[in-house]
Amino acid sequence: MPDRVVHEPTTKVYTASDYKSNVKPIWCPGCGDFGVLSSFYKALADLGIPPEQAVIASGIGCSGRFPAFVEAYGFHGVHGRALPLATGIKMANPSLYVCAVGGDGDAFSIGGGHVPHAARRNIDITYIVMDNQIYGLTKGQPSPTSPLGMEKKASPYGSIEAPLNPILMALAYNASFVARGFSAKPKEVVELMKMALLHKGFAFLQIISPCVTFNDTYEHFKQITLPLPADHDVTDRSRAMTLALDEQNMYLGVFYKVERPSYVTSVRAVRSKASGGAQFDLEKIIARYRT
Amino acid sequence: MTKAADKTMAPAVTRDVTLRIGGESGEGIVTTGEVLARIAAYAGLEVYTLRTIPAEIKGGHVMFQMRVGSEPVHSEGDALDILLAFNQEAYDKHHRELRAGGILIYDNNELTPPAIAGEIQYALPLTSLAKGIDFFRGKNIVAIGALVKIFGLPYDKAKAVVERQLGRRGADLLAKNLQALEVGYTYAEQNITKEAPYNLGVPEGERGADHRLVMSGNQALAIGALAAGCTFYAGYPITPASDIMEFLAAELPKVGGTLIQAEDEMAALGMAMGASYAGARAMTATSGPGLDLMIELLGHASMTETPVVIVDVQRAGPSTGMPTKTSQGDLFLAVYGGHDDFPRLVVAPLSVEDCFYAAVDAFNLAEKYQMPVIILSDFALSNRVETIPSFDMSRVQRVQRLLWTASGDGDNSYRRYRVTESGISPMSLPGMVGGSYTAEGLEHDETGAPGYDPELHTTMMEKRFRKVRTAADEIRTWPHAIWRYGHPEPEVGIVGWGSTAGPAREAIDRALADGMKVAAFFPRFLSPLPEAELSAFVAPLKAVIVPELNYRGQLADIIQGRFCMQIHRLNKFTGQAFTAGEIYRKIAAVYSEWVVPTSA
Repeated sequence: MPDRVVHEPTTKVYTASDYKSNVKPIWCPGCGDFGVLSSFYKALADLGIPPEQAVIASGIGCSGRFPAFVEAYGFHGVHGRALPLATGIKMANPSLYVCAVGGDGDAFSIGGGHVPHAARRNIDITYIVMDNQIYGLTKGQPSPTSPLGMEKKASPYGSIEAPLNPILMALAYNASFVARGFSAKPKEVVELMKMALLHKGFAFLQIISPCVTFNDTYEHFKQITLPLPADHDVTDRSRAMTLALDEQNMYLGVFYKVERPSYVTSVRAVRSKASGGAQFDLEKIIARYRT
Repeated sequence: MTKAADKTMAPAVTRDVTLRIGGESGEGIVTTGEVLARIAAYAGLEVYTLRTIPAEIKGGHVMFQMRVGSEPVHSEGDALDILLAFNQEAYDKHHRELRAGGILIYDNNELTPPAIAGEIQYALPLTSLAKGIDFFRGKNIVAIGALVKIFGLPYDKAKAVVERQLGRRGADLLAKNLQALEVGYTYAEQNITKEAPYNLGVPEGERGADHRLVMSGNQALAIGALAAGCTFYAGYPITPASDIMEFLAAELPKVGGTLIQAEDEMAALGMAMGASYAGARAMTATSGPGLDLMIELLGHASMTETPVVIVDVQRAGPSTGMPTKTSQGDLFLAVYGGHDDFPRLVVAPLSVEDCFYAAVDAFNLAEKYQMPVIILSDFALSNRVETIPSFDMSRVQRVQRLLWTASGDGDNSYRRYRVTESGISPMSLPGMVGGSYTAEGLEHDETGAPGYDPELHTTMMEKRFRKVRTAADEIRTWPHAIWRYGHPEPEVGIVGWGSTAGPAREAIDRALADGMKVAAFFPRFLSPLPEAELSAFVAPLKAVIVPELNYRGQLADIIQGRFCMQIHRLNKFTGQAFTAGEIYRKIAAVYSEWVVPTSA
């Protein structure tokens, strides 16, 4: 099958509403995920991706419901397994635009073992992590990105486990595209999503997406977020790491972006190496075992 | 050359010889066995092998056993006719299993066994012979040469096999190996003057076209997957399933397929499900510990109605257990594993040969019924090399899943989980215009939208399980759904599953020869069980024996629960396969108690 093609918006003009499904979101009013969802509609429309060419795989949590709200193909998986589903989908049909979506629990706790391997393979998918620093669907337990000292029902004396730094992790895993957005800044998020969708390789996109019910952080993040320095070189991985380490300023934008052979490309190379251009013949294999 | 009858055993039905080779890991024991097995097979004989691999990564004791016959052999053999001991440990471990009057062949540079009345002993100075040609590593090949002479196998075939099996390692090494073969052969010719009682009687002259294959269960299964049109495999390394992945790693890219070594078993099944969702015929293979980890996704595949094939090459547990020992301990896990109820199909191959057909059946059923299909193989089947008939390609058809077409739906809105009489709903694939839907692990309506209404849940649960009924109706019509063997009007029946079929068959042959009316009933499909056929089989019986390689008696429990009948259980949980003798003795005991009761 051909690799995904960039669809010319001139052939058919799509609008955000073309990607809105009949299923009504179950998120709380004001949830950051609404901003992520509408940005996603807009990104697909801007790129002119036909709904049937987009596939979204998810895990469990508030984020897990995301595919049902998009008029596209979707796979609502079990907890933590969005990346394996997306990997299989992409390899079976590389012409598709494949996204995985998850929350901070899905991506960094139960599914945390899959992120480095998706990055290692450079599987050509977009991974959108809606980070609200809390388990929202289970009504407010600390998550892997919750700050130290967070007092919740499951941490009544304050959380004693240090938060992970998702951007730093993605850079350490050598993801070929690493970016961060904030759901309260949807225009920026749309642009980041478009870059991620067009990136040939594993695109990791963390989106700060506050939970208004259990961890309302809108004001906090409005204060500490700022754009990455204008002169930041997106191919400078160690500089990107330094910026990701900054605890006073939370930078938004593209930290890192390089071109490397995607998994689709590498697997194709393996195929031609294996076959040497010869037609597959099962009888030849069986003949090796004849007496 | 009929086998001298052991007093404790009924007469064997085939002329056959069981040879065991024991030595230190690294001495080429398995190579010796495999090369010898192929020489015998190429010479027209039937071969059945068995091996144990040490748990240690390097070093440790290795055993290779080979049963050779002029007729097909179906089990490993009850007692040893010949023991080849490379060292003292091999003698200590295995000599007690050498039958009275058997042959001991030993490296007299390594050990000096006591003379035993009636036992034939052949001393082979393997170490010094190998050193004599400055090729110490080649003492296993020297042993092969000697055994070829002792067995009366054709030397030209032996040479051809050594060239074929060991030729890839370079011309110099091959020359050395051929020299070692000759040294061993010549030594036996000149020094073993006693008439060897196990000249195998290889047919003289040109043989006709040979349609047999020599391979292992894992090889047969992987070839079956290719024949079934597998285009996607993801797996995580685990003994004894890894060589399925290694086989497909070499072959799948040639069909334009994809093989991914996943980061864990959840990823492996998740990837296979994703690929299947997008249209690939997808598979993963693992062993019990890996299937444990996959169970959540197994339910998810069933709930989302995603076709996928999962191979469980069973090994002895529980927990890490004995990774290199065999077991049939995962039946409950395969048939019942998971929270709440969901349909899955389970097929258990009966033999190395059947591993091929089980793979073909599994793919076709997964695609047609849009659900996970588990293949229950086991360690013994997976790695033993044996002679099997060539595959019958007329049994290989590729059944395609029911795809949705825009015109056939009647209206504009595609309903992925449309409630149908068969339970099967037309499936769209990403890329199809108008066919978009979300495969949903939550309970869902026909469109895939989540919903928790009591009526909806009832309807969808019944819809999913209706597919099993439809599948059962189809499988019932298949000629190979059930393996039946033995007396047409049995008084004692053996109900079993999987690789126990081989020793059960030989046990029945012996019981029939003794005049006992015994028959076997082995369903290849354990989910759904062929209940009507099983019920009809057991109804007239005086007693039912269920032999299983597990502690609890898992199939026995299932049958007892369904049919409320008494079961005579034969459970072996040593990590080894059944011998025919073990099953025969159980038949004889049950028969004498329930069919010909001794007067009190």
